[in-house]
Amino acid sequence: MNEPLVRVENLTKHFPIRSGVIIDRVVGAVRAVDGISFDIQKGETLGMVGESGCGKTTAGRTLLGLYPATSGRTLIDNLSVHESKGADLMKIRRKAQMIFQDPYASLNPRWTVNAIISEPLRVHKLMGSKSDRDDRVKELLELVGLNVRHMNRFPHEFSGGQRQRIGIARALASDPLFIVCDEPISALDVSIQAQVVNLLEKLQDQLGLTYLFVAHDLSMVRHICDRVAVMYLGVMVEIAERDDLYERPRHPYTQALLSAVPLPDPRKERARQRTILTGDVPSPINPPTGCRFHPRCPIAVDRCKAEVPEWKDVAPGHKVACHLVES
Amino acid sequence: MTDNHTFLEVKDLKTRFHTPEGTVFAVNGVSFSLKEGETLAVVGESGCGKSVTMMSLLRLISIPPGKIECGEVIYRDKDLLKLTESEMEHIRGKEIAMIFQDPMTSLNPVLTVGRQLTETLRTHTPMNPDQCRERAITLLDWVGIPDAKNRLNDHPHQFSGGMRQRVMIAMALACTPSLLIADEPTTALDVTIQAQIIELVKRLKQDVGMAMIWITHDLGVVAGMADRVIVMYAGFIVEEALVDDLYDNPLHPYTMALLQALPRADRRREKNLKSIQGSPPNLLAEPVGCPFAPRCEFVKERCVRENPILTEITGGHKTACWVDVKTGGLR
Repeated sequence: MNEPLVRVENLTKHFPIRSGVIIDRVVGAVRAVDGISFDIQKGETLGMVGESGCGKTTAGRTLLGLYPATSGRTLIDNLSVHESKGADLMKIRRKAQMIFQDPYASLNPRWTVNAIISEPLRVHKLMGSKSDRDDRVKELLELVGLNVRHMNRFPHEFSGGQRQRIGIARALASDPLFIVCDEPISALDVSIQAQVVNLLEKLQDQLGLTYLFVAHDLSMVRHICDRVAVMYLGVMVEIAERDDLYERPRHPYTQALLSAVPLPDPRKERARQRTILTGDVPSPINPPTGCRFHPRCPIAVDRCKAEVPEWKDVAPGHKVACHLVES
Repeated sequence: MTDNHTFLEVKDLKTRFHTPEGTVFAVNGVSFSLKEGETLAVVGESGCGKSVTMMSLLRLISIPPGKIECGEVIYRDKDLLKLTESEMEHIRGKEIAMIFQDPMTSLNPVLTVGRQLTETLRTHTPMNPDQCRERAITLLDWVGIPDAKNRLNDHPHQFSGGMRQRVMIAMALACTPSLLIADEPTTALDVTIQAQIIELVKRLKQDVGMAMIWITHDLGVVAGMADRVIVMYAGFIVEEALVDDLYDNPLHPYTMALLQALPRADRRREKNLKSIQGSPPNLLAEPVGCPFAPRCEFVKERCVRENPILTEITGGHKTACWVDVKTGGLR
């Protein structure tokens, strides 16, 4: 197998909960990401799915070093994200970029499109002269399908889909190898989602990019990703090749999640037997003992309450954390 | 389509907003009807006028800047647009109830859930406070909130998103309305919670026997619950059909493109998604031709000049399009 471009080892991110007015002390922790490990191959798109609060966004941000990790590490192109300093850190920052969910909040409203997209060029001193930078910004605008004459406009003059294109152009400015796409389409209308997804795929082909695609839309994830990882309450419960996961989900949570996805097909919908999960996702401050999914799991046994399930291979490239799944 | 079972009929409804930037043509002549016990889905993207249509028929839009320019909303032989405000108050919440997308902003954060639940009952029924309380407990129980008795004194922030939406549904059903209008009630929720809420609403609908209008942009949710579907674009209804007909045989290029732009969780990937070029129109000008013409792959010269009206093609299946999407030629 090829050397993976991104390697995540036992990555953990806890946010401390503080209390007390005069004596500030830590009284607990939100265990947003609690020990996840996976690789991403070069040129691959790995999907990361789960419900709100499962830690998928925190995982994406922590593995890029946007949050310091509580423990564990990430290697991107053989450089350790959380241990690197100086020139190495700048190199990681240049090679690993991020596209954010909200195209309204992630662009500075006081900056022109030109200033936004050229910021990475200035920060990393990639282009010496202003005219070189302008040329590069024009090239990027063309690449993402925006009009180059609009480079001196401000973000509010663009629609949501166009703003997301600006965010993509900014992420591409420093010639990255790896991009974390954090719910890049969930704020967009259906007709615009397809445009942005097709653009991301075109760019991946042209530039050989590697993506981590964080999303909750399981239909879109099946479309765009090569492999898919499922998270629940800060841990990974299943990872597999796309079609393997959707056709043969092994973890009861993955099965329930897939059975809850609405299908645009009235006959299929009427015939469907759904596994409806009861209750809500528990708090990540005091996650359940043993398997974190056991309070909602339709097939849980006593062992699930007591023992943390092992992260084991059940088929080539297919890993599951569940006591009841035979390997 | 008027028969004995039709109890709501909207005719040529036009709603505009007079803003400092100009007049927003939000709803441009919308007509539809609803039968007893039927579930009608209204589908469209943001700004297509689906919410404004429903808000207009309950007279919930703020005037000014909004104005209902013309139209009739006939509900059981009464034109809701001609009623006085106090007559309207007897309809809202009692006969026609509404639930909204965001259960956090539509519940009052400083009042207990019990207080908010009993408000409809106190307004519309002669029940005394103890009876209201009893009824509120029954309602919470009914929508699947555990330990209902003790949760009555809790505030909305003590409930999760899915639980808050259940509270909203309980409030809407307090007076057993004959019509429930749900405006994207599951959009803010996770899929597993969405599945819970949809199952709940389907069950309650059968228990009460009410009709429902379900506003959404999610064509997956529509497939699972609607009897009939209306597709809106730029303030116009562009297609109306029974749910199977719409998915099997979409007649409007917009509906067709929307269905093709959807990835499927139940199928292997075959090709790239089909994307609709451009973006929805600015509603600050009244469109001359078909509002979808600039983005339409079948566009003809006539489409740019004349806006097609909603016309019935086969039994109950209507489209507003000059083009026959099967042949690509004019109808």
